[in-house]
This record gives sequence, structure tokens and C-alpha cells, in this order.
Amino acid sequence: MANVPQELKYTEDHEWVRVEGDTATFGITDYAQGELGDVVFLELPSAGDEVQQHETFGSIEAVKTVADLFSPISGTVLEVNGDLEDSPETVNKDPYGAGWLVKVKVSDPAELDGLMNAEAYTAHIS
Amino acid sequence: MAYAPHTDTQVAEMLRAIGVERFDDLIRSIPEDVRLGAGLNLKPGMSELEVTRYMEMIGDLNRQAVDSINFLGGGSYDHFIPSAVGALLSRSEWYTAYTPYQPEVSQGTLQAIYEYQSVICDITGMDVSNASVYDGPTAVTEAVLLALRSQKKRERVLISEGLHPHAIRVLKTYAAANGITVETVPLGLDGRTDLTALKASLNDQTAVFSFAQPNFLGVLEDAKALTDAAHDAGALAAVSVYPVSLGMITPPGEYGADIATGEGQCLGNRMSFGGPYLGIFTVNEKLVRQMPGRVAGETVDRDGKRGYVLTLQTREQHIRRGKATSNICTNEGLNALAALIHLALLGKDGFRQVAQLCYDKAHYLFDRIVGETAFKPAFNSPYFNEFTLETPVPAEEVVTRLADQGILGGIRLDRFYPEMKHRMLVAVTEKRTREEMDRFVEALQAIRS
Repeated sequence: MANVPQELKYTEDHEWVRVEGDTATFGITDYAQGELGDVVFLELPSAGDEVQQHETFGSIEAVKTVADLFSPISGTVLEVNGDLEDSPETVNKDPYGAGWLVKVKVSDPAELDGLMNAEAYTAHIS
Repeated sequence: MAYAPHTDTQVAEMLRAIGVERFDDLIRSIPEDVRLGAGLNLKPGMSELEVTRYMEMIGDLNRQAVDSINFLGGGSYDHFIPSAVGALLSRSEWYTAYTPYQPEVSQGTLQAIYEYQSVICDITGMDVSNASVYDGPTAVTEAVLLALRSQKKRERVLISEGLHPHAIRVLKTYAAANGITVETVPLGLDGRTDLTALKASLNDQTAVFSFAQPNFLGVLEDAKALTDAAHDAGALAAVSVYPVSLGMITPPGEYGADIATGEGQCLGNRMSFGGPYLGIFTVNEKLVRQMPGRVAGETVDRDGKRGYVLTLQTREQHIRRGKATSNICTNEGLNALAALIHLALLGKDGFRQVAQLCYDKAHYLFDRIVGETAFKPAFNSPYFNEFTLETPVPAEEVVTRLADQGILGGIRLDRFYPEMKHRMLVAVTEKRTREEMDRFVEALQAIRS
């Protein structure tokens, strides 16, 4: 059973987001990393780039496939997880912790209301 | 392919089997006005002997390169190909032009592709080679598309006027369909890409600068200066090389090119009237995930034994669908294999010697022509084995007169640049003998304005 932490918000495309102040951190869910298998490469934006809710902000490559990454929220990229360049497998090992992808300065906190809570996301993947 | 005849009876049987009354019903969706209507106006049948004679008669109308003294270049070169290349190539284990559908069961093919990639990296000095693309012009085009993918915020494409005109045409065909504008940096009076004009054109919107080394007019560019200029503006530098020249001149990996491509015909492949050829495609490591085409990799199986796989396939169409790096999911397998065998036969020293011979012979011929005929050099710039001459009479006339004497003297440049009526491009390979070159000089001595 995939881990779905209570305190996070989720998208139908299997990204999670955690908002602290006006900063949002997001990544892919435990369910998503399990479905993808061993992650070998990530294509991520750069600090300063704009991302739009539900639009592609990068891609994630596993051994057998590549999937687009969709932004759970709109904003400006503050920081990208540079550690993933050398150890992309961190996304598999710790998707909600060290395997985070980007931090974004939120432009519209109201967008969060459209996302799923843990209960809804658990239903979504079951 | 077997000849499959179909008699009226057989056609009727087939139509009955699929429940169609007349053949025409099968092609109803093709508009009337593009159909031939009446049948083909063919002559009555011929006997096998008559057909053979007729085809030979047509074939004899061609002037073959092997029956002439050949100074034609411009991307297709008359290099010596040892018989062993053809002999190995035609073995049934190898003789398929295609990358296998179930690649891992074809370990020999994958090993050959892997070794091809390795030797291409050796001669170019680049980090990674793919299994090849269709030909030189396709490779130039794919290099530009790669640069645009990897530099998402930049959209300008700059090319040197010295790229092969065919490469420019292929690039512009792709570009027009993708809304990409291609801007050209002119050549200076010395036949080299105008560095000042290049620097003025480069800006923070330029994704890539693409050039050729040597360029189409035979001139050796200051490749380092062009590459550095592109990098100073934050653009990628893509170079198209003449692989044989790398036995002598600085390889692209050494001057920092991000993408190096080339027309691989000159490595073990016949001229064959323009194709099929071999598109060499290499990148530095950080661009590997944007690289088009197939890549063979070496690995170990579960028993620890060496094996080969197609790797990085997630970039390809069958997995990435519409977002694939390229629509090329194959390679020029047989041509790549020819290049590999050719390079393996030459070895490191042989590869250098071929380049040196081409260079020395070209310079011998150039010096004699410039010293003893009415033909003048178009540029006073360094060249490898190909140079542009100013002709005393229109180049078209020169080429025709030489052909009548069994000499394919060069390419008349007005075919590509209408204003260059008095210029021709002459290439010399290691195959040209001193006698052949002396005969060429004598023929040119007779041509005066």
C-alpha cells in the first residue's frame, strides 16, 4: 500500500505539494514512484522560471518510460533539488522527503483548494 | 524480392475472396482527376535477352566515376574501399539495413553498432555517438533541433553560409514546417565564415550556431574561434565535419563543439549516386538525453557476461510518442557497419595516412594548377583536400570540356550559387595518381579565356 501523508495536497497526476508560508514544495507521490520503477533522470526547471498549475514543468525518466511532471500550483521557481542530478534514485527511496523536486513561490494560494486531500487521493489510486 | 505475377484469373479470384466486384472499387477514394485513366502506354513484351540488352544500352549512357579521372567532391568522395569491406558486409549475418526489432537477440548487430559508436567517438573526440542517422544533411538538421530542445528559452538558429547547400535545404524544410527561422552568417572574402558578422548576430536568443569544417568551398574555418563566439553568447556550437579530415585536423571534441555531425560516406561507403549515406551524430555528455536516434550500450547479464543493449530508448518514439526527441528510430545500419569495418582495417596509422595523402595530393595539384594554368585560387585560405578555383571561362564549359576527355574535373558552383558562374570546386582523394593529376593539369592548360 502506497504511503499518502495526511498533511499534503495531491493532484490527479500524482504530484504532492506542501505549502509553508508562501513557499510550496512539491514532488511525486510514493504511488507514482512505485508505478514508474527505478528513476534514472529528471528534467527540471531552473530557479526563476514560472510554472503554471496543471501544466508541464519537467519530465521524469525511469528505466522503461518517461513521464511529464505537472505543477500542482502556479508560481516562480525558487529552488531545484540539485542532489537528484547525481542520485535520482532518491525519488524512489524518499519521495516525500529528500526526493522533493522543486520549491516555488506561490502566486495564488486559492489554487490549493482545487487539489485533493490525502483521503481523496487514496481513493483516487485505489 | 520475388516477382509476383497476377493473371486476370488470379485478380478475379482475389476480388471474389474479399467481396469486391471490380478493382476500381478498391481505389474509389482516390480522386478521378489524379488517376491515370487509360492503361499505361507500354510497348509489347520483350524477351529476357532483349531486356538485358536494352538495360545495358541505357546503363552505358552513364559516365561512371570508375571509368573517369574523378575530382568530384562536395560531400561525396571517391576514396579507396578495400574489398574486405564488401566481403564482410555481404555476409548474411550482417546483411540487413535495419536495426533489429527485437534488438537484444541480435547481439552481433548491437556489438557492431557499439563498436561503430566507439570509433566515431575516437575520431571526433566527442563523448557520445548514436547509431547514426540518415545522412549528413539530416544530422545537421537534427543537431539544430536538439539545440532548440535543450535551450528552451532561446529560439534563434544561426548557420554559416559555408554549410553544404543540401544540408541547408534539408534544415530549412524542417524549419519551415516547425515555425523555426534560420538566419545565415555570410562567408568573408577569404572564404571563411565572417567572424565579425557572426558575433554581431549572436545574442541571448540564439540557441545554436551551426557550421561546417572544412566548409563547402573547401576552406578550413577557425573552428575554435567560431565555437568560442557561440559559447560567449550562451549558444551551442554544432559543427559538421568531413570525417576523413579528422586524421589530420583538430577534432571537434578538442575545440569544444557541443554537437558534431558528419557525412560518413567517405568511410567505406560507395558514392552510389548520392545515397544511401551515413549520418554521423555525436554530442557531449550533457546533451545525451536530448540526442535523437538509437544508442547501443554495453552491459553485463545476470551471469556477469558482457552483453549489448539498446539504451536510452525512453527518448524514442515507441516510448515517448509525440514527445520523442526525433522521428528517427532507426539508423543506417549497413552503412555504419561499412564505416566501422573500413576504420578497423585502416587502423589509427592508416587513418592518419589517408588524410595526409589527401592533403599532400590536393596541395600538389593546387600548386601546379595555380602556377601553370589560367585557373586562379578563389581564396588564399588553408584547405584540406578540396579547393575552389576561379575559371577563365564559365565553369559549365570547363566541366563539359573535361568530361569529354574522361575527366570529372569538379563541381561547377553555379549549380548551388547562381552568381558563381566562374567557380569550380575540386577534390582530391588518396586514389588520384600523379599521372592522373598531371593529365588534369594538361587539360586545364588548354583552357584559356
